[in-house]
Amino acid sequence: MIGLYGVTAVAFLISLLVDRERTKKAVKIAWKKFTKILPGYLKILMILSVVLLVPNEIIARYLGESSSYLGILIAGLFGSITMMPGFIAYPLAGVFLDQGVSYMVIAAFVTTLMMVGVATYPVEKQYFGKRSTIIRNVTAFGIAMVIALSMGLFYGELI
Amino acid sequence: MTKAMKSYIGFGVFLIIIALSYGVNFQIGMDIGENFWIFAWDMLRILPPAFLLIGIFEVWAKRETIEKNFGGVSGPKRYIYGILLAATTVGGTFVAFPVANSLYHKGADYNSIFTYVTAASLVMIPMSIMEASILGIRFTLIRLGVSLPLVILSAALLGAYFKKREYALPAQE
Repeated sequence: MIGLYGVTAVAFLISLLVDRERTKKAVKIAWKKFTKILPGYLKILMILSVVLLVPNEIIARYLGESSSYLGILIAGLFGSITMMPGFIAYPLAGVFLDQGVSYMVIAAFVTTLMMVGVATYPVEKQYFGKRSTIIRNVTAFGIAMVIALSMGLFYGELI
Repeated sequence: MTKAMKSYIGFGVFLIIIALSYGVNFQIGMDIGENFWIFAWDMLRILPPAFLLIGIFEVWAKRETIEKNFGGVSGPKRYIYGILLAATTVGGTFVAFPVANSLYHKGADYNSIFTYVTAASLVMIPMSIMEASILGIRFTLIRLGVSLPLVILSAALLGAYFKKREYALPAQE
């Protein structure tokens, strides 16, 4: 986070020193792009706020009690619907681990959380188009399943 | 009324409902409000600098440079660049989408941008450090080791598919 602000500040100052007019144009472009996509981000915010009403205990119970393959699938679906910043997702994953959820199920959950976004659809659609958004998300779900299964192999949870 | 206007009005109503929920102690409404604030704060911190950087990128990055490094002529290097760029991206996919779109319109090809977007959700450095500290370094190393080949493989497949279909990403002007 500090890195992001540092890089932005340095880039902005250099840009300003080299060419004032261009920097003005950069700010204009940034503002235009931001306001154009803002409704999409607001939709994401509203969707996430409601989806996350599902209490963690319920998710943990589903994930912990299911058999391995079913567990991965359910974890993947939970993770796909919503999106979480890492600082919420990982502590939550830690809690699941303590409650006895297997590594591969946790892997399915965190990977789909980051990669597959039904909730981020309003923004992705505007930048990638519908077709690409759907194909990318389906592919990402497949990748997450492969990662989860590999995790199961490495941790000896599958066999 | 434009679509954007409708969204803003919808969002306004959403905020009013949350505010009212706090007023009358309506638990579900307050829970929604709490979730909302967590995400809103995250986006508020990340999006303004991220978009400013995108603006600076768009006025300064030369098309030839992007084509050379992220375009088809770059060969396998574009995968490495895509992954390196993703590793340092803050905020995950919702920041990666606009960045990828800008890269694309500056001459990056599909293989690069899919590498970037996929890697932005799998190999971000700050996220991986946090993951290792909570789930163990072994978990993170296995995940990264399995992820990287998949990132490249899927980007190559998706890239080939979209090139064949002559698909074009929406312009954002």
